[in-house]
Amino acid sequence: MAPRTLFDKIWDHHVVETLPDGTSILYIDRHLLHEVTSPQAFEGLRLAGRKLRHPEMTMAVVDHNVPTSDRTQPIEEPESRNQIETLERNVKEFGVPYFPLLSASQGIVHVVGPEQGISLPGMTIVCGDSHTSTHGALGALAFGIGTSEVEHVMATQTILQRPAKNMRVTVEGQLAPGVSAKDVMLAIIGHIGTAGGTGHVIEFAGSAIRGLDMAGRMTICNMSIEAGARAGLVAPDDTTFDYVRNRPFAPKGEDFEKAVSFWRTLATDDGAHFDKDVSLRAEDIAPSLTWGTSPETVLPITGTVPDPAQEADESKRAQMQRMLDYMGLEAGQKIAGTPVDVVFIGSCTNSRIEDLRAAAQVAAGRKVAEGVRAMIVPGSGLVKMQAEEEGLDQIFLDAGFEWREAGCSMCLGMNPDKLTPGQRCASTSNRNFEGRQGPGGRTHLLSPAMAAAAAVTGCLTDARELV
Amino acid sequence: MDKFTTLSAVAAALPEANIDTDKIIPARFLKTTQRTGLGKYAFDSMRYRPDGSENPDFILNKEPWRKAEILVTYDNLGCGSSREHAPWALLDFGIRCVIAPSFADIFFNNCFKNGILPITLPREICEQLMSDSTMGSNARLTIDLPRQVVVRPDGEEVPFEIDPFRKHMLLEGLDDIGQTLQHETEIKSFEQKVAGERPWMPSITLD
Ligand code: SF4
Repeated sequence: MAPRTLFDKIWDHHVVETLPDGTSILYIDRHLLHEVTSPQAFEGLRLAGRKLRHPEMTMAVVDHNVPTSDRTQPIEEPESRNQIETLERNVKEFGVPYFPLLSASQGIVHVVGPEQGISLPGMTIVCGDSHTSTHGALGALAFGIGTSEVEHVMATQTILQRPAKNMRVTVEGQLAPGVSAKDVMLAIIGHIGTAGGTGHVIEFAGSAIRGLDMAGRMTICNMSIEAGARAGLVAPDDTTFDYVRNRPFAPKGEDFEKAVSFWRTLATDDGAHFDKDVSLRAEDIAPSLTWGTSPETVLPITGTVPDPAQEADESKRAQMQRMLDYMGLEAGQKIAGTPVDVVFIGSCTNSRIEDLRAAAQVAAGRKVAEGVRAMIVPGSGLVKMQAEEEGLDQIFLDAGFEWREAGCSMCLGMNPDKLTPGQRCASTSNRNFEGRQGPGGRTHLLSPAMAAAAAVTGCLTDARELV
Repeated sequence: MDKFTTLSAVAAALPEANIDTDKIIPARFLKTTQRTGLGKYAFDSMRYRPDGSENPDFILNKEPWRKAEILVTYDNLGCGSSREHAPWALLDFGIRCVIAPSFADIFFNNCFKNGILPITLPREICEQLMSDSTMGSNARLTIDLPRQVVVRPDGEEVPFEIDPFRKHMLLEGLDDIGQTLQHETEIKSFEQKVAGERPWMPSITLD
């Protein structure tokens, strides 16, 4: 057999049948549901009198719309409450395993899946949310789907797909101290652009990627979407297996050993073909952040805001100017030192225990700058508990951060955590589009350490100066 | 899904290009939990005045177009968001066929998934159909899917192209799910094969 990539192998393992027009019926091992994109799919099943084919391969959790403040009170926003109650009715009716709002296991679906061992290497995983790519860090083929497809998976446990193209992004070398996975991914997106991965599944490879822990790999795969890709992948290795071992829903004992020997066969074969191959040197990557309203507008924290006048292409020039106006920045200004109003540490990109530790390291013994609102929203109830055991909550509270309950929160501003027009936010999330975190809000995407540094200095700051 | 064979119905003209999904149904209605019942929000910003009353000048508020089942527009119909609320709103309003010189990709696909037939025809022809549609209660167009023609009120037939597979799905009223379930045997035997090869695959059960 010709040498195959990790993607090719997972794909081949899941093709039920390839139809004459080239689409395949692809089998799905895990279907993750949340309250926003599932209700109409359940409604469709009900209208057609269909059943959920495999509830035991499905998991549901509430995250997008949940309040991240006091949860003993009823949810105020009627539409959010309706979505959550609808999900609760649906999981009951169709028998779907569900992590309710008040359970410690509740959290952002892309944090909960890996944390529970529900997402495993070699699987196909789908969810009605584009950042499903996060689970690719385990070496699983994971991607977001639309509501019709959610219903299709519910009824058939399969999806109709054409194979994506293979792309490899290699990062070789040693990351400099103070440079995190988020900086690596921002640098990659800055390098290949938001359309760089279009039509491809990206495999992240190279010594710098292999050197990352699972949280870091999840940050990278999470933002594959912002690089235009269908999904992101990292080959499963000992780091992966150590992470998966003993998770509640992972295989146990002898089954686990059998699973590991299968997972070891998944890595890309030598000489496998990639349609696109890009490499970066780890040493060249600095702590980074975005200055504009597209994730590819990346700068090192030591950099200056680019000047549209230097851009030859007229439409790009106009677009850059529009971004600068929206962001309230001047061409040529140093990005470091720009004052911020809000700091958000959370989202499926950066809300795991490792992310909170990195932020706490900067926050320890310091105070949130006056006039800045800084909040920490752990990715799940379990992350929150772990942080509290380690005393991280106390570090944050002493410094003046808000310590909140798990959910998507200000990543998308569907719940009450929103920016007001003109507010500038240092955010560990993944999207900086106009109005994403609230109408008129200005988002700078950056790492947890950089976000914490912005909180305690009141402005965008090189976190390396504080540790 | 309802079968789509021949549709003889009132057509309404919206002579605009780039009618985006937000115009078809504004984002603020997306927090719903149902796909039915969205028809009352279709074209909200054009259909209603700021005080919530109907805008009497808007075509879909006038007779006989209140009952239009066919829409004719200019280029790039359905651009914007990938969510399926736009076809749901159209369908719930009663629209079964949309005709335009071009469509946004995802919207085009989403129409088929929801039993709406999108037809691509050159702009001059769309203009002719728009003028046909102004002939009051005589403004009926006939969409003959088996023969792939639009029949104008004067009897003239305009041929259109459609992917044979999609045509089959619409004619039979099959959605993707129905289509895939015809491969039940293959899915079953795949499941048995995996159970044999990877018996360690855990299932998710909560107590
Ligand atoms: S945290 Fe943000 S990006 Fe992640 S699932 Fe929630 S809304 Fe989507």
